[in-house]
Amino acid sequence: MLYIKCPHCGMRPQIEFSYGGDASVKRPELNKEISDQEWNDFVYNRKSLRGKHLELWQHISGCRQWIKVERDTATHEIFKTFKADEEVA
Amino acid sequence: MQKYSIFNLVKNAFSNHQNWDLAWKDPEPKEEYDVVIIGGGGHGLATAYYLAKEHNITKVAIIEKGWIGGGNVGRNTTIIRSNYMHDENGLFSEFGMDLWRKMSQDLNYNVMFSPRGIINLAHSDAQMNAYARRGNSMRLNGIDAVLLNREQVKEIIPMADFSENVRFPIFGGLMQPSAGTARHDAVAWGYARQADDMGVDIIQNCEVIGFDVSAGKINGIRTSRGNIKAKKVGLCVAGSTNILAEKLNMTLPIETHLLQACVSEPVKPVLDSVVTFGAGHFYISQSDKGEMVMGGDLDGYNSYAQRGNLPTLQHVLTEGIAMMPFLSKLKMLRTWGGIMDMSMDGSPIIDKTHIDGLYLNCGWCYGGFKATPASGWTFAHTIAQDRVHELNAGYSLNRFNTGHLIDEKGLGTKTWIS
Repeated sequence: MLYIKCPHCGMRPQIEFSYGGDASVKRPELNKEISDQEWNDFVYNRKSLRGKHLELWQHISGCRQWIKVERDTATHEIFKTFKADEEVA
Repeated sequence: MQKYSIFNLVKNAFSNHQNWDLAWKDPEPKEEYDVVIIGGGGHGLATAYYLAKEHNITKVAIIEKGWIGGGNVGRNTTIIRSNYMHDENGLFSEFGMDLWRKMSQDLNYNVMFSPRGIINLAHSDAQMNAYARRGNSMRLNGIDAVLLNREQVKEIIPMADFSENVRFPIFGGLMQPSAGTARHDAVAWGYARQADDMGVDIIQNCEVIGFDVSAGKINGIRTSRGNIKAKKVGLCVAGSTNILAEKLNMTLPIETHLLQACVSEPVKPVLDSVVTFGAGHFYISQSDKGEMVMGGDLDGYNSYAQRGNLPTLQHVLTEGIAMMPFLSKLKMLRTWGGIMDMSMDGSPIIDKTHIDGLYLNCGWCYGGFKATPASGWTFAHTIAQDRVHELNAGYSLNRFNTGHLIDEKGLGTKTWIS
């Protein structure tokens, strides 16, 4: 069981959360011409890093907020958690 | 090569089985090969075998970081099936079923293929309708499919919960009688032994650390045991695909996730088919040793850990107990995990890449094991002829660009959502 520190609620077990995937993916800007390749990158292509990975989780059985979690995909160590709108250095 | 037969078994019994030949050699990597296959799992070994057998290309090396058959081919639940609705998946898998039926003879290695049938349970009228549609699509592609009603299912699996007041009552199911199981390790070893015999170098404990690409063409690979020149390189590395893609500056429509499986203590024969729960994700069969072999959902977040987490296992086994309550009395014997190359539409990729001479075989999600022979056969064809075969034409990398997805399960771009 992972334990994730929700920035709003504190340390909670993983079963309260639902996973939302890679948080580094940026949606292309609205009202801007983009190529199929850019759209393809946004929708489908993922780095799926081994090691430090910034990802989205939703505290679905808690405050229901989306948060960002920096986690190691090989060891599952969680380094830091952020609010969804927080800039990650 | 020493043939495996009853006569040789008796002959070797007189020398206490001390004089059997090694099943495959342990060669030093040569300076150059025509084809280098990265990944000594089922798919890589099968690819090398079919390169030698079908295309007469024997200057081939398999480069494996650990030991052959130590990844997902040794970690799956051994299910073999072709119960797909879409043409691309159905025709590809049914071609594979033919190879499975012939495999033990073909490889002179008993892979214990057991066509015991698979039943996908339905728990609502809507699901029965969906299965009728899928069954019809399968039959149009020449795949056997039988729609079973509740009573017919009960005859085959009387130990399942057929009471009226359960949350997910069994309405019926879709059966593919020719589906089944096989001895997974034997598949890897059988392919390895034959490939080795035809001149393929199986190089273990050799990690790929980089690629030599110039002017859009592959020239070779860099490994922990030195540089190896190669005219063509094929990637067959399942959950490690993204790690190698990064070294090639490629970003792929794939995420690596962890899938667990487990077996119970061995019990007397109780289940003679493969059964899947239709209201969640749980599948079960009984091994020849008597263990109940079970699996289900991914752990649910990107993982390279090759070991699982208990909440998912508990969730999966809860479904199992809802389907077959007697399972709650059994003790767990072993659990393990493997890392899956989850593609974004749930279907695999067997294709050329933008780099000349570099070929990609990945995205097998939950269904890599049953695809082993067909994947090896079509990948060998793609590499040898430098063009895709019609069986794997749909499994292109470009389909994500053009929108020709093969979204068998209707899960969209997040096939890893549980």
